[in-house]
Amino acid sequence: MQYALMFYENPSEFAKRADSPETEAYWASWTAYSQAARESGVLQGGQALQPPGMSTAVRLKSGARSVQDGPIADTKEQLGGFFIIDVPDLDAALDWASKAPCAEHGGVEVRPIMNGPSG
Amino acid sequence: MEPARHIAEQAARRSYGRLVAWLASQFRDITLAEDAVAEAFAKALSHWPDTGVPDNPEGWLATVARREILQHRSRAGRFEAAVPFLKLIAEERQADSEPDWPDDRLKLMFACTHPAIDPTMHTPLILQTILGFSAEDIGSAFCVAPTSMGQRLVRTKRKIIQAGIGLSVPDSSELPGRLGAILDAIYAAFGLSWSDPASENARDVSEEAIWLARLVDGLLPGRAEVLGLLALMLFSHSRRSARRSPEGDFVPLSEQDPDVWNKDMIMEAGACLNIAVSIQPVGRYQLEAAIQAIHAGRAQFGEPDWQTIAGLYDRLWEIHPTIAVFLGRAMAISEIQGAGTGLNLLDELPESQISAHQPYWASRAELLRRCGDNDGAQAAYLKAIGLSDDPATRRFLQSRVQILVENDS
Repeated sequence: MQYALMFYENPSEFAKRADSPETEAYWASWTAYSQAARESGVLQGGQALQPPGMSTAVRLKSGARSVQDGPIADTKEQLGGFFIIDVPDLDAALDWASKAPCAEHGGVEVRPIMNGPSG
Repeated sequence: MEPARHIAEQAARRSYGRLVAWLASQFRDITLAEDAVAEAFAKALSHWPDTGVPDNPEGWLATVARREILQHRSRAGRFEAAVPFLKLIAEERQADSEPDWPDDRLKLMFACTHPAIDPTMHTPLILQTILGFSAEDIGSAFCVAPTSMGQRLVRTKRKIIQAGIGLSVPDSSELPGRLGAILDAIYAAFGLSWSDPASENARDVSEEAIWLARLVDGLLPGRAEVLGLLALMLFSHSRRSARRSPEGDFVPLSEQDPDVWNKDMIMEAGACLNIAVSIQPVGRYQLEAAIQAIHAGRAQFGEPDWQTIAGLYDRLWEIHPTIAVFLGRAMAISEIQGAGTGLNLLDELPESQISAHQPYWASRAELLRRCGDNDGAQAAYLKAIGLSDDPATRRFLQSRVQILVENDS
């Protein structure tokens, strides 16, 4: 089954991405994680996203376009990236999710990929 | 009852969950499996009185239920389903006897209690998929409207399949924790009918829960906590008829007549607990069963050994710190060190945990009464009465208040 692993990070994790004494360690852990996923053959795709400060939210309000700075949901943990993986079942997906570097300081949401309108 | 109908209903009790589990793991669709099994039972009820009961009723039901699914799939336009259906017909022509089919109920129970499933749905799912309880019955046991319970069950079963929760037994590193969730779900079912042992529902949830624990022990033998849970439920169940007076009033444990307790159940519970303790590791259910074992010993040894009970509560509190355990421990300690010490312990609980906790107020009232604080006791009893959802308990507490009022005047 295919799952999306959505990696949520808190502000201090996002801050490690550049110009921090921990920047190197931060990226090293993500590189190791994605390499492990790729080498085991489960990783089908994925991307890291720029921090939520770079986000722009768009909504239509009574037909008029409303554009706002920032992400849709104003929460502490924000989406930092995602993987698409193919594994036998949810437990296997949860195993991969628990290995993500952000599992400790944020969280990983695991959702099955929808195949066609009925799922 | 006509014999054929009787045998169909017996087969239902024994086979329902087995058939659902087997079909659900074959076809990865729990609702489809349940519908097919229900249809097979309906056919049995209409056919068997005329044709007689088949030699292998369970095999007959399995075949009919499986055929239901394959036909359903064919009708649903799944071309690939036609192939196994044709194979099935060929198989049936060749052999009269049914092939052996595995017992997948444990796998289904692990799926129903997976951590990805809302914990409040663990027990309803097991009651429905393994025991065949209707959404109406489950809803009323949980004080939830039948339609909303039905919707929740449908939604959760859909999640099991669509989120890809495996119908499998977890590996040994995860098994103890995952097994704990199954045992918790069974114990929650046992508690459902607790408040009303006199109720004459066609199906007794407490007995079904004991049956489920036996089933898990049969499918996964040699697990200490499974036996611990079985022992705990048997000890509790042995006192079932002593828990109500002939007038239907609540009788507290200390005032129950041990002669009314079911001796066979106590014997079996003790035997289960002995085996459990020899297997290790000790867990929550074994400790609770051990406490019940001491109470059960009152028939032979008189006053229970409160020192040992308090010690068992101490260990229980370390691994399972709940308000109920805290109260049990405080009441045991108050038997040794006096009601005042018990009250001091109760004062340690934070307001948020006690304000709506009926047993807390009943315990507090009892301790205040023993300390001679009649006004305080009355107020606490009234609070406990206001929080009771069981008429017999309410009547019992009201009678305690009545005694205090009479003593005052």
